This record gives sequence, structure tokens and C-alpha cells, in this order.
Amino acid sequence: MVKTEEREGRGADRQRHTGHPSPREYVRIAIILAVVTGMEVGVYYMDAARDYLVPLLFLFSIVKFSLVVMWFMHLKFDSRTYSRLFVMGLAFAVTLYLIVLLTFRVFVG
Amino acid sequence: MAETKVHEAHVTGHETSTGLPSTKLAMWLFLASDCLFFGALISTYVLYRGTSKVGPYPADVFDIPYTSVSSFVLLASSLTMVLALSAFQRGDMPRGRLWLVATAMLGLTFVGGQAYEFTAFFREGLSLQTNLFGSSFFVLTGFHGAHVAIGILMLLSLVSFSYTGKLGEDPSFPVELVGLYWHFVDIVWIVIFTVVYLIPTPSPA
Repeated sequence: MVKTEEREGRGADRQRHTGHPSPREYVRIAIILAVVTGMEVGVYYMDAARDYLVPLLFLFSIVKFSLVVMWFMHLKFDSRTYSRLFVMGLAFAVTLYLIVLLTFRVFVG
Repeated sequence: MAETKVHEAHVTGHETSTGLPSTKLAMWLFLASDCLFFGALISTYVLYRGTSKVGPYPADVFDIPYTSVSSFVLLASSLTMVLALSAFQRGDMPRGRLWLVATAMLGLTFVGGQAYEFTAFFREGLSLQTNLFGSSFFVLTGFHGAHVAIGILMLLSLVSFSYTGKLGEDPSFPVELVGLYWHFVDIVWIVIFTVVYLIPTPSPA
């Protein structure tokens, strides 16, 4: 019993120390993610949004991506070194493949 | 921030020149490199969009409501994963194990759904060799499914190690590392769901 209490005490201390969100905040983020996913699917079926479909889908995708990376992967709370590493890889990949796709004129006509 | 660094190095049991645990840095480096891997596969799919000479084409086989449910399942697994981490950080191992098993089950549901989808597409005449759409689609989503399957094995290993006491001095640390991998698989799916399934493919060439 004492051991369990000690361990729980250390655990609670660690959660405070790391500054990670509480379960309630995680649930809140998950609800937002579910709503945005619902909006994505809704927009896909809306004829009125046909002209803006691609930008809207990209916007929703970026919002979901950022929420998961910042909150669930804790980049908002952890050391900036992790953020730099990840953003460096992501930016390199996006730049490289955008250049490839532009070279093959994927976005033309 | 500095306080977090010192604490993180402390929980892994050894000091590092960055003040950050090397294993966590390595995981982030791996995820950064995996961005390039999936970037190559997604770009290939985009490059070949609408260039298939023969069907079936994406509009003939995609079932958006079905894939949307799969997306919700994977998003739910991300929630159970962070709840597992939170439980481990509080020292609540039984609840942490429960959330880990729930995450693995949701992952299995996603992979099972993908296997069903692949079978349905195959019955409609789409395979790796059928056309450019089939090749690029199966390679991209197949590799993503393989990542999910590896994640499930990692989750089940964590559950097993938690019973045998092999998770180390701070059991929440390996859970956090596996969690990073799991959420990465989720963000890759966020991109695949948009680019592959939701953005309409141009008319066949």
C-alpha cells in the first residue's frame, strides 16, 4: 500500500513537472478532432462548397495535424529541441516533394 | 523549460550533453525521417493521380463513409494512448494497461477495416498490377497499415513488460516513446485521408 502511494505520488509529481495536459484536456482535444473530421466529411458531400473543397480540406487537415502534434505529442509543452528536429524533417520533406511535383507540372491544368 | 530538461534526463537514469533523454531525441529524429518516407509515397500517389489508362478508378471503389469510420477509430486510439500515458504518469498502472489494451484493440479494428477494404477493392478488380492508381494506393496505404501493425506489437509489448517489471524506473517513459510513434501514425493518416480519399481525382486520361 505504502509503495503504491509513493509511486502514485511520484507519478502525480511527474505529470505536474512535465506540464503535460490533464485527461480532461485530452478529451476536449479529441472532441475537437472528431468535430473537424466530421466537418471534413460534411464538406466533401456539400455541393455548395465544391469550389472551395480543396483549400477547406487542407485547412481542416492542418488543424488536425497541429492539434495532434502540439497536444497529444506534447510539442507545445516539451523542449523546443524536439520541435526543431521534427519541423526540420517535415519542412525538408514538404519542400523536397513540392519541388518534385512542380517539376512534373502536377499543379498545371 | 530548463527544469523539464533536467527532469527528463533524470528519469532516464543518465545525464546527456543536451539534458534531454537520447532515446526520446532518437524517436523524434526517426519520426522526422519517416516524414520523408511517407512524403515520397504520398507524392508518388499525387503524381500518378488521374493518369491510369484503365479502371477501376478511385471514384469506382472508394467508400467514404466506411473510411470515415476508420478515421474516427484511429483518432479514438490516439485519445486512449494519451490517457494511457496520463495514467502511467500518475502511477496508476492497472488503468494505464487498460488504456494500452484499448489502444491496441482500436488499432486492430483499423487494420482489420483496412484488410476488408483491400479485399473489397480486389474483388472489384483493383490490384497492385491493375493500374497506376492501384500500385500507388496499395503501396501507400499498405505501408501505413504496416506501421499501425508494428505499433500494435509495441503496445502489447508494453502491456507484457509492465507485468514483468521491465519498463524501468519510470514506466511512463517507454509509454511516452511508443505514444509518439502511435500519434505519428495517426497524423500520417490525417494526411492520407485528405489527399487520397477526400480530394476528388481528375477525370481518367
